[in-house]
Amino acid sequence: MKVLWLQAAGCGGCTQSLLGAENRAGVLAQLADAGVDLLLHPALSEASGKDALDLLHAAASGALPFDILCVEGALLRGPNGSGRFQILSGSGRPVIDWVRELAARARQVIAIGSCSAFGGIISSGENRTDACGLQFDGDQAGGLLGPDFRAAAGLPVINVAGCPVHPGWVVDTLLALALALGAFAESDLDAWQRPRSYTEQLVHHGCPRNEYYEFKASAEKLSDLGCLMENMGCKGTQASADCNLRPWNGVGSCVRGGFACISCTEPGFEEPGHPFMETAKVAGIPTGLPIDMPKAWFVALAALSKSATPRRVRENSRSDHPVILPGTRKGGPK
Amino acid sequence: MSRRLTIGPFNRVEGDLEVTLDIADGRVESAQVCSSLYRGFEQILIAKHPLDALVIVPRICGICSLSQSAAAAAALADATGLPMPANGRLASKLILACENLADHLTHFYLFFMPDFARAAYRGRAWHALAERRFQADVGEALREVLPARADWLRLMGYLAGKWPHSLALQPGGTTRAITATEKVRLLTVLREFRAFLSSRVFGDTLENVGALHRADQLSAWAQGRAGDFPRFLDIAADLGLERIGRASDTFLSYGAYAQQGGAGRQDDHREHLFARGVWRDGVLAFDEALISEDVAHAWLFGEQPVHPREGETRPLIAEFADQPDAYTWCKAPRYGSRVAETGALARQMVDGHPLLRALVAANGGSVLARVVARLFEIALVVPAMEGWVRALTPGEPFCHQWQLPDQASAVGLVEAARGALGHWLHIERGRIARYQIIAPTTWNFSPRDAGGVPGALEQALVGLPVGEDESVPLAVQHVVRSFDPCMVCTVH
Repeated sequence: MKVLWLQAAGCGGCTQSLLGAENRAGVLAQLADAGVDLLLHPALSEASGKDALDLLHAAASGALPFDILCVEGALLRGPNGSGRFQILSGSGRPVIDWVRELAARARQVIAIGSCSAFGGIISSGENRTDACGLQFDGDQAGGLLGPDFRAAAGLPVINVAGCPVHPGWVVDTLLALALALGAFAESDLDAWQRPRSYTEQLVHHGCPRNEYYEFKASAEKLSDLGCLMENMGCKGTQASADCNLRPWNGVGSCVRGGFACISCTEPGFEEPGHPFMETAKVAGIPTGLPIDMPKAWFVALAALSKSATPRRVRENSRSDHPVILPGTRKGGPK
Repeated sequence: MSRRLTIGPFNRVEGDLEVTLDIADGRVESAQVCSSLYRGFEQILIAKHPLDALVIVPRICGICSLSQSAAAAAALADATGLPMPANGRLASKLILACENLADHLTHFYLFFMPDFARAAYRGRAWHALAERRFQADVGEALREVLPARADWLRLMGYLAGKWPHSLALQPGGTTRAITATEKVRLLTVLREFRAFLSSRVFGDTLENVGALHRADQLSAWAQGRAGDFPRFLDIAADLGLERIGRASDTFLSYGAYAQQGGAGRQDDHREHLFARGVWRDGVLAFDEALISEDVAHAWLFGEQPVHPREGETRPLIAEFADQPDAYTWCKAPRYGSRVAETGALARQMVDGHPLLRALVAANGGSVLARVVARLFEIALVVPAMEGWVRALTPGEPFCHQWQLPDQASAVGLVEAARGALGHWLHIERGRIARYQIIAPTTWNFSPRDAGGVPGALEQALVGLPVGEDESVPLAVQHVVRSFDPCMVCTVH
C-alpha cells in the first residue's frame, strides 16, 4: 500500500506524535511490516528538492500510482482564494492545488489531525488565511474538496481528527486499510467522518477523576485533583475519543496531566467562546453538560451528589495530592 | 559559468523551506532562504484571553511544542511577577529538557544522518555502514531509536499528560503533582535512556563524553569506537565537515533551564544550567533591548526595524509586487544590528564548554561543531535531569495561584532545542493586545536585512561546492540541516 504524505499548513505535531507510537521496533518498522510503503513523507524521506518534486509530479499525473494520500495541516485558501499563503517549496504552486490534484488520484484520502479534517487552530479568530479542512470548514461540510468528494475507492475523506492525533488512531486506520484494503466502509465512520474505532468512546470513559466527577467534587485551581468539568473547562464528557482508555506516551492524557480536555477531536474546538481553561456557565450551571444528559437531570444529580460527598473526596479534590486516604474495613470488602 | 538553483521542497526539516542558490564556477556565490508558509499566529492571539496563549502557541510547532508553552508561561509569569514553587520549577525544567533532548535525537537520526546513506557517497569507506544504519525510513538504527524515544517520552506522560501539545506548563508551575512512586518511575525512565545513550549513541558513559575537552581528545576517543556519534565523527573527518557551514560567529543564548525566574530582562547569568549571554570573540552580557526585527525582505508591512515589544505582523496580501525585494515570510531579527546564530552550539559557546570553544576557535561555527554541540548537550543534560528528579519533594506544591493583571507588558525568554525563543506579550483590558514571537530559526534562517546583510544560513551557504549535475547539492544539505531548522516556528 503506497502512501503519499503531505504537510499543509500545520505544525507537524501529528507526525511527531505518530513517531512516538509504542511498538517494539518502532512505528516505521510496524507500518513497513504491514505493507505500508511511505513513498514520500516530508519529515522522513531521503528525497529532497528535485527528487521529491519529480515524485510528486509523477503521482499527480498518474504515472506513479499510489493508494493513500495523507494530509497533515490545514488548507490555506487565502489570500483572496489564491492559496499563496502556502506555496509548495520548489514548485511555485500553492499547496491547495497539489492537494486537489493528488486527491483526485488517490484511492483513499486521510486527514491527519484536526487541521486537515476541519481547519483547526489556524482557522480560529478572523481566519485571515482562509484555512479549512479537506472536506469540512469547521462543522460545515465542504472544505477544500467539497461535500461530494469521494476518493477512487468510494469513501469520503477519512478524518483522523485530534490536535494532535494519538499515534494509535493513525496506526489503526492505516493498518485497517493496509491489511484489509476495501474492508473499510463508510459505516466505519461517524458523523464527522472520523473512524469509529476511536470515537465510539468519550474522553470521560476511563477518566481517573471519576470518583470526583460522581460527587461533583470539583477542582478549584490548577493542579487540584478534583473533577475538571465544573470550573476548569473540561469537555471530556462531551468529546469523542478514547484518550483515557488508551494512554498517551505510555501513561498520560490531558486530564491525567492535570488539565482540561479541550475537545480537540471535535470541529470548532479552537473557538470555544470562552477562555479554554474556564468552564462557561449560566447562573452557576455549566453550559456544556455531559452529552446525552438533560439539563434538569444534571442539576438534580449535581445537587444530590454534592450533598452526599464524603469528606475524603471533598478534601482531596482541592489538593494536589491525597490528604485523606480511603478508610479500611475490617474483614475486607464484602 | 553561473546558474541559479532553487531547492525545494527541502525535506527532513520541520516545515516548509526553499533555498535559492546563485552558483558561479562550481561554488555558491549567494543564497536566499525562503520560508514559504504563513499562518498568522500572532494575529490569531490578539483579543484572546491571555491564558488562551497556552493552548494556541504550542500548536505553532509540533516539535518545539512545549518550548513554545514554556516561553508563553514565562511571559505570563513575568506579567504577574509570579514566583514558582521549587517543585514547579523542577518539573518545568524536566519537561523542557525532555522535549529538547528528544528533538536532538530526532534530528540526529531522522533528519541529519540519512544524508550520509545516499548513493552519491557510495565508495566511501563508511558508506555501507551508514546505509545499513542510517538510511531514511529503513535504517536499522531507527528500530532502536524510535522505541527509545517513545520510552523517553513517558516522562511527558507523567509530567505533562502528553506530548506534543500540553497545558501542563503554567505561569505558576505545573498542573501535575508527582508522587513518591512516580519519582522512582521517572528515574527509571532516565536510567533506561542513559543506558541506551551509552550503548548505542556514544559507546561510553555520558560523564566520559562530557569530559572530552580538546579536539584531539575527541578524535582519539572516537577511533574505532562502536557508537553512532563516533561513527558520525569518522564520517565528518573524512568529509571535512569542520570546514563547512560557518555563519556570523556571533552566538546568542537566552540561558537554558533557569533555576528561578526565566522571564527576566536582567542578565541573570548564574541562574541557568547553561548561561545567558552573547558570544563574539568572548562572552558579552545579554541585553534584551538590543533585539530588533526588520521586514525589508519579507512579504510583510513595516518600515524601520523595531523591537519586538512594538512589533506587528501584517502580511502583504494583494500587494506582493509592492515589495519586490521580498522573498520570504520570515522577518530578519538582529542583535544590536548583528546577525546572530542560536542553538545548542550557541548555548555551549556562551556557557563555555572547552571542546566547543576549541572547535569554533579552529574553524568557526561549522556543521561538525553544531552536531557535536547537540550530542554533547544530551550527555550533559541527562545527569542534570537525574538531579532535578531527585530534588522533587512530593507533598509540596507544584503550582502557585495568581491573578492576571488587566494591563501588562511582559517577556518570556527560553531556550528551545534549536535555540533562543522569545515571546513578547502586551495585555490590555485583560486581553492580549499584542503578541510577538521570535523563534530560533527566525534568527538562523533570517533573510537579508534593510542593509542587505544576509542571515546566518545565507552566509553559511556561500562558498560551498556544487557539482555541475547536482540538483540537490550534498554540502548544501549538510549545512542546512546542521542548524536543525524548524520552519513552522520560524514564521508562525
